[in-house]
Amino acid sequence: MAAKTLTIDGKQISAEEGATVLQAATEAGIKIPTLCHLEGVYDIGACRLCIVEITGIPKLLPACTTKVSEGMDVKTDSERLRKYRRMILELLFAERNHVCAVCVSNGHCELQTLAYSQGMEHVRYDYTFPKWNMDITHRLFGMDHNRCVLCNRCVRVCWHIEGAGTKNVSGRGAKSKIITDLNMPWGDSDSCTECGKCVMSCPTGALFNKGSTVGEMERDRNKLEFIVTAREKKQWIAADL
Amino acid sequence: MNASVAKPQKKRILAMLEHASGDKRFKILEVHMKKHQFRQDALIEVLHKAQELFGYLEDDLLLFVSVKLKLPPSRVYGVATFYHFFQLKPQGEHACVVCMGTACYVKGADKILDAITLKHKVRAGETTADNKLSLLTARCIGACGIAPAVVYDGTVTPRATPESALEHINHWMQK
Amino acid sequence: MILNDLISIKEKELAGRKKIILRCCMAAGCMSSDSKGVKEQLDKAVANAGLQNEVEVRGVGCMKLCCEGPLVAVDPQDSLYIKVTAENAPLIIGALQGGKTNIPQADPKSAFFAKQFSIVLANSGIIDPERIESYIAMDGYQALHEVLHEMPPKEVVEAMVKSGLRGRGGAGFPTGLKWGTVAKSPGAKKYVVCNADEGDPGAFMDRSVLESDPHSVLEGMAIAAYAVGADQGFIYVRAEYPLAISRLQIAIKQAKQNGLLGAGIFESPFNFNIDLRIGAGAFVCGEETALMSSVEGKRGTPRPRPPFPAESGLFGCPTLLNNVETFANVPAIYRKGAEWFAGIGTEKSKGTKVFALAGKIKNTGLIEVPMGTPLRTIVEEMGGGAPDGGTIKAVQTGGPSGGCIPSQHLDTPVDYESLGKLGSIMGSGGMIVMDQTTNMVEIARFFMEFCMDESCGKCIPCRAGTVQMHHILDKIVNRKATARDLAKLEELCDMVRNTSLCGLGQTAPNPTMSTLRFFRNEYEALLQPDPFGPHANGAAKQPEPATK
Repeated sequence: MAAKTLTIDGKQISAEEGATVLQAATEAGIKIPTLCHLEGVYDIGACRLCIVEITGIPKLLPACTTKVSEGMDVKTDSERLRKYRRMILELLFAERNHVCAVCVSNGHCELQTLAYSQGMEHVRYDYTFPKWNMDITHRLFGMDHNRCVLCNRCVRVCWHIEGAGTKNVSGRGAKSKIITDLNMPWGDSDSCTECGKCVMSCPTGALFNKGSTVGEMERDRNKLEFIVTAREKKQWIAADL
Repeated sequence: MNASVAKPQKKRILAMLEHASGDKRFKILEVHMKKHQFRQDALIEVLHKAQELFGYLEDDLLLFVSVKLKLPPSRVYGVATFYHFFQLKPQGEHACVVCMGTACYVKGADKILDAITLKHKVRAGETTADNKLSLLTARCIGACGIAPAVVYDGTVTPRATPESALEHINHWMQK
Repeated sequence: MILNDLISIKEKELAGRKKIILRCCMAAGCMSSDSKGVKEQLDKAVANAGLQNEVEVRGVGCMKLCCEGPLVAVDPQDSLYIKVTAENAPLIIGALQGGKTNIPQADPKSAFFAKQFSIVLANSGIIDPERIESYIAMDGYQALHEVLHEMPPKEVVEAMVKSGLRGRGGAGFPTGLKWGTVAKSPGAKKYVVCNADEGDPGAFMDRSVLESDPHSVLEGMAIAAYAVGADQGFIYVRAEYPLAISRLQIAIKQAKQNGLLGAGIFESPFNFNIDLRIGAGAFVCGEETALMSSVEGKRGTPRPRPPFPAESGLFGCPTLLNNVETFANVPAIYRKGAEWFAGIGTEKSKGTKVFALAGKIKNTGLIEVPMGTPLRTIVEEMGGGAPDGGTIKAVQTGGPSGGCIPSQHLDTPVDYESLGKLGSIMGSGGMIVMDQTTNMVEIARFFMEFCMDESCGKCIPCRAGTVQMHHILDKIVNRKATARDLAKLEELCDMVRNTSLCGLGQTAPNPTMSTLRFFRNEYEALLQPDPFGPHANGAAKQPEPATK
């Protein structure tokens, strides 16, 4: 495969044809903030945190779905991008009830980490305090819609790695909700294989192992990568080895 | 674990199929799906037909569609709830759709809606307690030349006023 | 079918034409005022008078002046009766025999009609949309024949480039360029999709075209399919347009029966089929990638572009997507020539544009004018200005993605660039006139609420941003906002516009931004002093009582 040379944040790098800007940047050690992106499943460009500036293109494009091209000049970190990213995070915090102090994922939460790293110190928008419930009908797992950021990771792993299609999104707009089968209690689900991949994939405390208390919910992402590597490359090796 | 997971699913589906076998409308729906060769991309077409036959989309109906099109139920539910047109709850005897397109809005469609809400204690998207009237809004029915437009049980009526709308609904309520 | 068959259908149709034709509007607007009853009574009156051999009562499509419907036109007298009722319709037949009638008439020479220039609407209100012979009598399907037999696909694309036609769906992308890209994209299977999901509230041009002249869209799609190498087409039409759906179904059936769709069209190797796909009420499905998801039977959520549909669209295949009005322009371009078309309009915007005039204006209805016509000509001369002695305050174009053009800019020529410069867009052609009683902040809130309800929820800026912007606008309307809220609103507008995934989110702030640009005082008048703000004593004006 032909290589493409491009510039990211002033650094000359080469990347394989067909690679995304995010892949090229990661390979070159440049970190672009992401939220809906998850290694191993296809990207949907939904969270908009990985937006970058590309010279000659008036629109900001998500690094996760934009393919590299020859001579591309990418900026991943400008004052404008930082401001937009902070605002996106503020919007997320105001959208549902993210109360870190009582969250199972406190300290291990990607949303929380992003807020720290992007310098989002407080939320200037009015909180909407929507009424969302919790589903703890499943014998192993629970789902707290108050913490959901609708990144669709659980939906994607359930469809494309496990292949069960148990999870999907219902409704639309701010009323979008992650559902199980025909919007039934998770415990009544017919199609759930109890594989736990959705729980492994969740960036926040929305999906958790039952029995976890504040700050206890740590996720084993390596397991997910292990499965993907095994499926795609026929190599059975833990990602952290 | 697979066996234990597969069991309840089969049970639910069998129960649903039994329910369906006693109802002619499911047969008609299946013929319609056959016309589309049970293609999964015909899901929206099939849901339109299902709603036309049943009035709304209940869980068993969605499960029936998902089994016949070989789609996961979550997908069928996700699609059915994405589009405004599909109703998952039973509708009232009569439907009053107030167009809230821009042209109708500038000409006072909001006042028509308010008047109905106030008089019949029903908000847009809801059905009255006696199940007689469903009040709905449309984002634009393309009848802007005769704004504001109100649709009574499928019949478009031009140049509506709060008074004319209340009068029309009164006819329904008195029956 | 060969050319001779087509010509013999045309000749038969013309030979069978009766001396007098009563054209009775059977489009959705007039139908809602009982034009069906009018037609029945006219038929009856003709039979009673024994005039069946001389008078034809023809159900036709939109005759444009929707506010005065039901409309009945009499050929060849050139009179146009308005507000006809089932009761007084027989008087029209009486008038033919020398009797008198007091049914009001519209003046066909008035500016509303005289300033129209019809390409897309040329057959609208003239032909019977439910009879293919009626379309063929107006030289229908001749362009398709010529293209299939005289022009290789490459020349068809070149002619489209030369015509200068730009997409009529809103963004104005050059149609020829799009066709060329799809034609060049590798792939054995390609699709042509017609976007008939006319979602902008206040726009009804596409509905009228489909109800009045469905075959022109089918013919346009067939020509496009031949040019790009597709053999399957879809028309994605809104469920809210039942009449358009039924007319399309009839048209497709008739075209198939006559061998104008299907295998080996006009005895050439070209095959093309069209299927209908009915939408289910989601504005976002007017966005091309969301529309394709919906055609595939999925949730109508958009996906990032690139890849563009021209490379990877419906079912992953190269797909040509144009809207109804774009396709409806196509047959005329090939029948009359690309140069003819390029001679109409302005330097960068060629041809005509159909607008749906609605709102606070005297003549509501459909107009088709050459590109570059000043807005003032449209709303004041043709539209007759605001009714009841009102004054025009602004004209809203482009629906929820567009903006409000204030009256001081009414001399702006209507073309893609000029409207863009004013922070609005051409959009699909909805034109809503607002008078002095319209509160612009409420209008901004109305559109924001629309976008909030119609956001698919996939990307955060649009999903959560529209909620926050709507919340702030609501606060302003209710006199609960401060200057700081207004600053936050502007900041959010900028962010949502620049970071959203699809066109819906990227343009959702437009109505707010354009009203802020031209009617900022209306916003500021509603602001409250900020008790905690750094400019607590200066920035926010004292609240004033609503005087309007």
